[in-house]
Amino acid sequence: MAVKRSRLHLKELESYLEDVDVFDTPKILLEQYTTTPHIAACILHMIHTNFDDIHNQTVADLGCGCGVLGIGAKMLGACHVVGIDIDTDALDVCRRNVQDFELDLDLIQMDATEMCQEIRENSFDTVIMNPPFGTKKNQGIDMKFIQAGLHLARTAVYSLHKTSTRAHIEKKAKDYKVHMEVLAELKFNLDNTYKCHKQKSVDIQVDLIRFSFK
Amino acid sequence: MFTSPHGKGGKQDKMKLLTHNMLTSNIIKTVTNGYPLKIVPTQVEVKTVDFNPEFISRMLPKIDWPALCQAAQSVGHGEGLPEALTEKYEEDEMLLKKVHHVLMQVEVLEGNLVCPETGRQFPISSGIPNMLLNEDEV
Ligand SMILES: C[S@@+](CC[C@H](N)C(=O)[O-])C[C@H]1O[C@@H](n2cnc3c(N)ncnc32)[C@H](O)[C@@H]1O
Repeated sequence: MAVKRSRLHLKELESYLEDVDVFDTPKILLEQYTTTPHIAACILHMIHTNFDDIHNQTVADLGCGCGVLGIGAKMLGACHVVGIDIDTDALDVCRRNVQDFELDLDLIQMDATEMCQEIRENSFDTVIMNPPFGTKKNQGIDMKFIQAGLHLARTAVYSLHKTSTRAHIEKKAKDYKVHMEVLAELKFNLDNTYKCHKQKSVDIQVDLIRFSFK
Repeated sequence: MFTSPHGKGGKQDKMKLLTHNMLTSNIIKTVTNGYPLKIVPTQVEVKTVDFNPEFISRMLPKIDWPALCQAAQSVGHGEGLPEALTEKYEEDEMLLKKVHHVLMQVEVLEGNLVCPETGRQFPISSGIPNMLLNEDEV
């Protein structure tokens, strides 16, 4: 008996995700900006309809923050979702969100830069993440998240990266011997995240990338 | 309120034994295997999750069976689990239900995970295991 794919529509998913609480006081050092409900819903819906990598699958949300990606994956019928973040405060918000939605997700406090070696290899079907871009003090952390994702996933890793780093990531993907496909280009606006942001409004061009094994 | 098509969430979020089955402490520098982590629970809860036999059958070959049995015993739900898996587990509905129960329904809310080699404790609080290590440990 095959379980039917979730029929949750894109707009419905987005409106549910609008109720996901965001960071109380986002930490710049941890690059705590949230994926907007609109972008999160689009990404998840695309993964769900084009690749069927969510429904009935086990999913890790690496650097889960407040949990919007993991929560959305659960809504689309993932069987087991684990959110992983280094930060206690983020996990607190995430736990409250999971409870408010009456969903069933597990959370782990862990440092992804150690390649998530405290989780055994290939523990998940799918990894979905919006990792830190790796700006300034965090240089290279985006690549560490990709490596951690590849360690955890059996099927595919979905990740968001600055479009300006695409060539670099392509080179790395070759080194790691994985297949890489840019699925979409998105615009991120981080203006409202950090209160001390002095710059004028800037959109950041971001790629949604799918890594899979050859 | 959103209710998941795959079971009703409890009020509290907790750690499933399915998640425990993935965790290891082998990153600690003096540790060679670090698996499975012992569970020393202080609070365990059981919630109702819809039974999905296809999912359980698909998970079983990926699960470390001895680790699951040990974990189930340590939280007081080990009864009725065979020591080894039989070949035709997909057809054994009783077994699949039992495995579903220990993998998906039995959860640890408070307690410790303990490295089998060093005794290093990883506290579980509000259902979230803290796997962070100090720099000098790795
Ligand atoms: C860009 S935010 C994304 C949050 C959330 N996934 C979302 O899409 O809204 C990056 C997240 O990674 C977490 N993070 C930063 N460094 C980390 C590390 N070394 N290990 C694990 N998580 C980390 C931050 O706490 C933050 O929640």
